[in-house]
Amino acid sequence: MNIVGTLAPLAFGLAAIGSGVGVGIIVGKTIESVARQPEMAGRLQTLMWIGIALTEALAFIAIGVAFIPFPAP
Amino acid sequence: MSECPPGEFCGPSVEEFFPEPILFLNTPFEMNRILLIRMLVVVVLAVIFWVATRNLKVVPTKGQVVFETITGFVRNNIIIETLGEKDGRRFMPVLFTIFFLTLGLNITGVIPGLQIASTGLIGQALIMALVAYFTFIYAGMRRHGFRFFKNQTVLPGVPIFIVPVIAILEALSTFIIRPVTLTLRLTMNMVAGHMLLVLCFLATNFFFVTVLVEQGNPLGLLGVGTFAFGIAFTALEIFVAALQAFVFTILTAIYIQLALADEH
Repeated sequence: MNIVGTLAPLAFGLAAIGSGVGVGIIVGKTIESVARQPEMAGRLQTLMWIGIALTEALAFIAIGVAFIPFPAP
Repeated sequence: MSECPPGEFCGPSVEEFFPEPILFLNTPFEMNRILLIRMLVVVVLAVIFWVATRNLKVVPTKGQVVFETITGFVRNNIIIETLGEKDGRRFMPVLFTIFFLTLGLNITGVIPGLQIASTGLIGQALIMALVAYFTFIYAGMRRHGFRFFKNQTVLPGVPIFIVPVIAILEALSTFIIRPVTLTLRLTMNMVAGHMLLVLCFLATNFFFVTVLVEQGNPLGLLGVGTFAFGIAFTALEIFVAALQAFVFTILTAIYIQLALADEH
């Protein structure tokens, strides 16, 4: 049986595991902290978005890799 | 999309986002339906804002309450909370435009009859990301001059021998990765959402028309499931459209705030 296709979606899936876990930890910790100190919610939310943007970048780099024209072996 | 063997299922492809031009054929101004939808959205947004702000009252009417709830949310919870009162007012126009343009262009992905989010084309997202990019560079240059680039790259309290490495990494993350991720986050969310919806409804059509009616196979009743999922994902897409507009705006606001901050 021959399977034809590109491995790029697989690479994205693997990258998504990491950033998914990362974003989960960031949001979870933010919720935890807001529960402890509700008056800090505004500042924590800002930090949370910065963290999410940085963590998610890895998954987006994985999308970009699919468009790099690697030479065929 | 062109050749699909009869009796088999063919999923959607990226060609969904490159339909045939339908207006001004064979001129440099060829337009397909995505471009037309984009213009329609801009006109609708302009009309909504013109009508809603034409006759504001101290005791608001029903429509004004809805309008003020949405704009008030963007103003207070996104812009003022991130940038503060003074800077928030300065950058209010560009952030407002980004929010409502993104929301309007995203929401066409679920409106029956239009059914495509033109932010799914990378050009639209790229332009908006570039606007955000130059806005935060402008904000930083205006406040700090060329010290802005030093503030963004050289962090205080870093040992002197790893300053160059950190500076390269910070420059990469601030000036290259930020606009790229802004673009890709928006585009890929809309592309993936559109693909999911098209897949669900194409499968529904395939199950009911081809399998159940033409081939007479009771397995075609699976179409009920795919149709239910299509409806569920439509609801999800409405949420994603609003969420992406929110994320894009708040990230732009945060980038401006980081550029304005005195010390890194």
